[in-house]
Amino acid sequence: MEKKLLEVENLKKYYPVTAGLLARHVADVKAVDGVSFFIAEGETLGLVGESGCGKSSLGRALLRLEEPTSGQIFYRGSDITDWNKKQLKELRREAQMIFQDPQSSLDPRMTIGDSIGEALLIHGGGTEKERLERVEELLKRVGLEPGHTTRYPHELSGGQKQRVGIARALAVNPKLIVADEPVSALDVSVQAQILNLTMDLQRELSLAYLFIAHDLAVIGQVSSRIAVMYLGQIVELAGRDDLFHQPLHPYTQALLSAVLLPDPHQKRKRILLSGEVPSPIDPPSGCRFHTRCSRVMKVCPREMPELRQIDKDHIVACHLYD
Amino acid sequence: MKTYFFTRLGVVKAVDGVSFGLRKGECLCLVGESGCGKTATALSILRLVDSPPGRIVGGGIMYHGEDLLHSSGARLRQIRGNRIAMIFQDPQSSLNPVFTVGDQIMEQIHLHLKLGKRQVRDRALSLMEQVGIPQAKERMKYYPHQFSGGMKQRVMIAAALSCDPEILIADEPTTALDTTIKAQILDIFRDLKQKMNMSILFITHDLGTVAGIADRIIVMYGGRIAESGGVLDIFEQPKHPYTCGLLKCLPTVSERREKLSPIPGVIPSLIDPPEGCIFYPRCQWHMPVCQQTRPEEFVISGEHIAACYLYA
Repeated sequence: MEKKLLEVENLKKYYPVTAGLLARHVADVKAVDGVSFFIAEGETLGLVGESGCGKSSLGRALLRLEEPTSGQIFYRGSDITDWNKKQLKELRREAQMIFQDPQSSLDPRMTIGDSIGEALLIHGGGTEKERLERVEELLKRVGLEPGHTTRYPHELSGGQKQRVGIARALAVNPKLIVADEPVSALDVSVQAQILNLTMDLQRELSLAYLFIAHDLAVIGQVSSRIAVMYLGQIVELAGRDDLFHQPLHPYTQALLSAVLLPDPHQKRKRILLSGEVPSPIDPPSGCRFHTRCSRVMKVCPREMPELRQIDKDHIVACHLYD
Repeated sequence: MKTYFFTRLGVVKAVDGVSFGLRKGECLCLVGESGCGKTATALSILRLVDSPPGRIVGGGIMYHGEDLLHSSGARLRQIRGNRIAMIFQDPQSSLNPVFTVGDQIMEQIHLHLKLGKRQVRDRALSLMEQVGIPQAKERMKYYPHQFSGGMKQRVMIAAALSCDPEILIADEPTTALDTTIKAQILDIFRDLKQKMNMSILFITHDLGTVAGIADRIIVMYGGRIAESGGVLDIFEQPKHPYTCGLLKCLPTVSERREKLSPIPGVIPSLIDPPEGCIFYPRCQWHMPVCQQTRPEEFVISGEHIAACYLYA
């Protein structure tokens, strides 16, 4: 069996909602509400969902960039939720993050070389000369020129900036990268370049990715397994082909049917979702999707469906499969 | 039409000699990546380009035989929002946060149509129902922040439709929306075209959206038209190397490709673009002539044209 690199159990991330002068705690935004999954070494787990479903909060909580409210995160078998600062620094040598907006994740007053070199410096990366060599090597690896070392972020295009973001994440030789919508700010012709790069790097360096995106086609291109999130919970998790060809959860089915293919002949039957995503402050009772589901049953508003295994590697949380 | 922006760094030729026509009842899609000049084209049509730095330096914009380029401000105000309406990408910033959405839709109607207060209200209400806003009567009293992104975009569409415009210009109206909401909004556009015979100029970078809605397509690159034709011409027989590249580099849901085929290189700066074909540095088919003179538009068949020397 493949080795689990990261495992998450019943992870929750709530953001408090306060009101009044004394900032009274009145409610919680349940951004991530009881999520469990694992990522194996060298694989890509895709995480897909619409805006506000908690996918970014989950990504940040995984690396403890934000403190999870409860639940456990195991990295190579040890629980990192109670690790101290020093241990966390060790963790970040192993697990790095790539952000959506390369513009705002790079310091505009630092050269590209300094931005990448900073990561090396923090993690004790040798003499200045060694660092410079390493920076140039990293730039080459992500398809930039060594000459970019002395450039500033504003001199680069969006795609080039995202390459710098990737180089910076790679600087410490990580084993896991959480990529939060890394290509959604890029034009399609450049997006393909970056997707190819992430796949090449995975093969060469046996990286594991948690790849977060809202675009199903992008997720399908890079992932071996895909998790679908709705209102803070995983509703379905399956291998890439299983999920795309035999989606079980009504939400996954609706999501897939709403994808617009670049094909003028497409005449698929669309499953129209009525209404909008409910607020994560006060999510619907029982199954959170029951307010929009076309196949809602009596039991749905009453009981929350458990994730159950339907097939090897295919789990779904829906009463249709009870 | 030519629209240039005169900046400190040089002249940005955002729209550099673009010609096309929009027919009654058709949906024409302007497709291209960021900086290709599609938004500048749309803004120029209604003469909404900020000036300075922008200026329409040449060409004409003919609407029923009237050149909007030489129309007076008063005449333009009669046309804008009334005969030609526009919807923008970000509904958040196009709505005024301190007025209710009902007020904002009614303002449009009041401005252009001579109707009584009661009639204005009724019309706003029916518009909101038409674009699928539930409990429209209640929702008229809501402020923009009480609406979700999809609902705000519906409000914008309702406001744009308030005077039964002949032409609707929609600049990336679905880009900021989620997949399932996007599909709902596109249905509204399809309805408008079919039921009201409206002409729509739809601007987007998403080829999936284009395939779902367009009758004709114009592919823009670097401020110029690279290729244009019917929706089947472009998707099934793309001719310009840029169009081919765009279609090939997309990941698809149906199969996982071993490797995507991206277009090499980066989008060029529109300050001092190269002499010849602006796509030449990224083109795998480029010939000596491409570097020297700008290709004219060559007819492939019928209304399918490509600006590429491969078809000279």
